[in-house]
Parts: sequence; structure tokens; C-alpha cells
Amino acid sequence: MAGYLARRLAFIVLVLVAVSILVFGITSLLPANVAYLILGPFAPPEQVRALELRLGLNDPIWEQYGRWASGILRGDLGESMLMNRPIAPLLWEAIVRSLTLTVTSFILIAVIGVTLGVIAALQHGRPLDHTVSVATYLGIAVPEFFWAIVVILVFAAWLGWLPSAGYEPLSAGFWVWAQHIIAPVMTLVFGHLAHVSRLTRSSMIEVMQSPYVTAARAKGLPERVVVIRHALRNALLPTITVLALDFGRLMGGIVVVETVFAYPGLGRLLVFSIQNRDLPTLQAAILVVAAIYAIANFAADLLYVWLNPKIRYGRGVA
Amino acid sequence: MAAASPDGLAASPLAVDDPTPAAVPRRPVPLQLKAGLVIVVTIVLLGLLAPWIAPHPWDTISMRTRFLPPSATYWLGTDEYGRDVLSRLLMGTRLSLAMGVSATFVSLAFGVPIGLAAGYFRGRIDEVLMRSADVLMAIPPIMLGLLVLAVTPPSLWKTAVAVGFVYIPPIARVTRSVTLALANEDFIQAARARAESASYILFREILPNAWPPLIVEASLRVTYAILLGSALSFLGLGAQPPSSDWGLMISEARSFIDRAPWIALAPGFAMCLLVIGINLVGDGARERLDPRLKSRVGKG
Repeated sequence: MAGYLARRLAFIVLVLVAVSILVFGITSLLPANVAYLILGPFAPPEQVRALELRLGLNDPIWEQYGRWASGILRGDLGESMLMNRPIAPLLWEAIVRSLTLTVTSFILIAVIGVTLGVIAALQHGRPLDHTVSVATYLGIAVPEFFWAIVVILVFAAWLGWLPSAGYEPLSAGFWVWAQHIIAPVMTLVFGHLAHVSRLTRSSMIEVMQSPYVTAARAKGLPERVVVIRHALRNALLPTITVLALDFGRLMGGIVVVETVFAYPGLGRLLVFSIQNRDLPTLQAAILVVAAIYAIANFAADLLYVWLNPKIRYGRGVA
Repeated sequence: MAAASPDGLAASPLAVDDPTPAAVPRRPVPLQLKAGLVIVVTIVLLGLLAPWIAPHPWDTISMRTRFLPPSATYWLGTDEYGRDVLSRLLMGTRLSLAMGVSATFVSLAFGVPIGLAAGYFRGRIDEVLMRSADVLMAIPPIMLGLLVLAVTPPSLWKTAVAVGFVYIPPIARVTRSVTLALANEDFIQAARARAESASYILFREILPNAWPPLIVEASLRVTYAILLGSALSFLGLGAQPPSSDWGLMISEARSFIDRAPWIALAPGFAMCLLVIGINLVGDGARERLDPRLKSRVGKG
């Protein structure tokens, strides 16, 4: 187990190093003069040269990368070009807010998705099954930004239950804080429910037809025990992998959802840094997202191994 | 019938008298495939015919007709510049379809050769290519798209290229797994024994047999490409005003959502219908090609 863990961790580090090179490479190599981007197209040349010197933009690219990467290893993410503030605290606040959204949505997706999947499987072929299928299908077919707008239309404009956008810290009171969380979470949950519920449904249908479920029933166990203790446990294995992927998709989903709801998290920081050509912030933010994504996948793999005694220590998993 | 075969090898002598081999029983066309095809073909036709069937000019600003709700003259109402929403929607159909198809074409153009090479040569080439794919897949697609678009002025074709780039790894992976399975088949061994060149084996022997699953995968990728492209346009990194790209239309309509919800709802429903249609076709085709894959809902 220790060897497997070490290999997986080493691979995560490797992926992050590669991502950092990729991110740095793309942002540096694309035809754009950073100094001009910051100062605007009509900046006097001497001012541009001074800024280039200060930012070390004329050094070879690997030196720039080395400076940036060693800074990150020391915990120094650099300064935001636009806001002239260190990036780390800025990013940290955004991460906490975004994780609030994604983790809440993730838990709801897991619970609601599995429940819907089980219900659909038990009602296999009946109207309720079809209803669940159609509803969750709509969830994936419609882009998140459209759901976000529908949520605003219904809950903010028509019903007036929720604020249409913005963020309030927890210190402003729990309900005020929660009100601003509900709409984006609803959007994320609805947009991502389908994968979990569809997969749970199909693996549940398969498991319910297997001999050991018949045996459990033959023993005279109550149906609830058969479904939850016997069938669901096995049916959940593939679901866990999909849940991990969903966490990654949620990290992508926050970009759009936070923009629509003007929620000051990681996604909005990313879009803001792109719109304002704030490359250091952009690089740091993407690296953080990749790290969260990689760790989520790692956690899912561990959970999978832990739950499934058949593939202990996953030999040969790269 | 017998004369139809150009190289004289492909047609078996048994097939001469019996043009329809009875050994392959035809499965019925799944209902979802039919329904999906109806939806997709209708939308494609509407998009192609848009300039002729659009009831009003799609880009003429008219301050007297602002924010008109749906009526007999303006079936889907008008927007904040008094432009007919239906006409804009129809013209936007072309942009969405073009985005989906051209981005998927980019992914195929790079992903298929990469996957073929990785699956056929194995070894170090496989390792390097697939680990690079892992790296690209370690970033959520929308962020990879944002990253690519970050430093160049936005325009629709760049968005299509960026979206295509984002979906190269999944296409490469699917191609690789199909290639792995095919590489052990007898006809590939035979080609190797004939000392055919690697490129001949890859593109003439493996690729034609790998198409069916690839086409299904690509058709599903088209929907992701449409959704991702519209999301990027929505964020201001794709189509630019006055374009009637659906993502951009929804983005512009956002500020008027409580006054004139129809401006945003129309492109939203249209996109929903298109994506459902393509998904139905893809799922239906997959079920028909390989019934064992019915339960798969993988996506990435």
C-alpha cells in the first residue's frame, strides 16, 4: 500500500509540474507583450522598457519560469499585476469561497443523485423511472449559464426569495450568507446530477438481478436491508469514480456560475484576471485548480481501493 | 455484383449469389436514434436556410421595436436593440453548429493520429503521449479553454480552435483503446507479415475499422464543443457583438432577464434541444453499434 501511495503522490507532483510548465508556457509564448498589455497600447517606449526590466521579461524563458516556480515552492505566488497585491491571500479567500460552493454542491449531488438513481432502478421501466431520466438528461443538455439565468429569473425576479447575485460573508449572519449560496449551488447541482443518477441507476439494475441479491431475498431479509446493505454497497463502486470526475467538473462549473452570480471565488478571479490580462494571478489560479482536481481524483482512487477488496493496492495503476 | 470489387479480393465468392448476407440480422433502429435524427436534421436545415427563412433582418437596430414581447409579427419578441429574436436565433444556429463541427474536427485531426500512434507502437511513445494527455486532462476543460484564449483578442474561430484543442486528449484516448483492440486482430498481423509500412497499417487498415466507435464519440464531443464554445462566448471570450451566437445572446440578455426573459430563454431552449438531439443520436448509435455499452455515461 505504501508503495502504491508513493507512486500516486509522485505522479500528482509530476502532473502539477507539467501543468505549471504548460500554464507558464502558454501564457508566455502566445503573441502578447505583457508590458504593453499592462500599460496599454499607447504607452511610451521607455516606460515599457522600464517595466520589462522590473518584471524580468527580457530574461530567457526558462529563467523566468525558474524564478516563478521557485517562488511558488517557497509559498510566494507573486504579485497580482493589476491589483498590486500579493496573490496568495487573494487566492486563499477565493479558494475558501469556491470550495464552499463546490463541496456543498458535491454533497448534494452525491446524496440526491444516488437516491434518484436507486429510486429509478427500483421503479425500472415505470413512469417514475422515465421522469427521473428525462429530468436529469435536461440537466446535462442545458449549459450551466442558462440554468443560472433560469434560477435568477424564477427565484430572484419572480418569487423574490433569493438575491440575484453577490456574496455576503458569514459574519453578516448565517441566513444572509446562505441566501447568496443557495442559487449558485442549485445551479451546480442541477447541472451535474445526471451522471451520478444515471450510473447509479444502471449499476443498481444490474446488481439487483444478481444471484446474491436473490439469495438475500430468499433468506427472508426485508427489502430495505437487501437494497441498502447488499445491493447499494456494490452498486456504488462505479458511482464513486464518476463522483470524483464530477468534482473536477464542478471546479470547471464555478467559472461560469460565479461569473453569473457575481460570486467572488476562484472562477471569478480567473475570469477577472483574464479580462484584465493579469497573468501571474491567472497562472496561480489555474495551478491551484489543477492541484485540487488531482487531489480529488487521488482521493477517489483511494476510496475505491478501500471500498473494493477485489483490487487491493491496485498494482500497475499509473 | 461480383464486378463491384476493385481489387478482386474483398468480395467473397459466396456473396455473388446472395447480396444480402443473412448472417447479420438487422437490429431495429432504436427510437431515440430516430427522434434524435429528426431533431438534428430539422435544426441543421433551419440553420442552413436561415438567411432565407428569417422573418426579419437579424442585425438591424431599431429603437422603436425594443423589448417587444412575442407576438404575431415577432414570434419570439425583440431584444434590447429592437432586433427580432427569432431571426437572430436562426442565424445563431449556424454559429453553434459550426462551432461544434469545426472544434470536433480539430480534436479528431490531432487526437486520432495521436491515439493511433500510441495504441499501435505502445512502449515509450504510448507512455509519453498518454501522460501528456493526462496533464491536459488535469485542467478542467473550460479553464484550459480560458487559458488558450487568455492572451489573444477573442474571436469565434479562435474559440473553436481552443475548444478543439481541449478535447484532443479524450479523442486520443478512445482512438488508442480501439487501436489496442484492433492491433491484435489477424488482418493486422497479416499486414505486418506483408511488411506494410506503419502508416499504411495505421491509416489504411486500422483507421477504417476504428471509425464506428470514433464517430459515436465524435458526435458526443460535438455537444460538449457546442456547450463549451457557448460558455466561452458567454464569458466574452468567443463571438463578439453584434454576433448572434447563442452564448453571447444569453450573456447580453442577462441584464434584462426580469423585463424581457424571452431574449435569453429562446437561445437557451434552442441549445437544449440541439444538445439533446445530438446526444440521442450518439447514444442511439452507440447502442446499435455495441449493446454492451448501453449503461456507459462516461464524459469528460
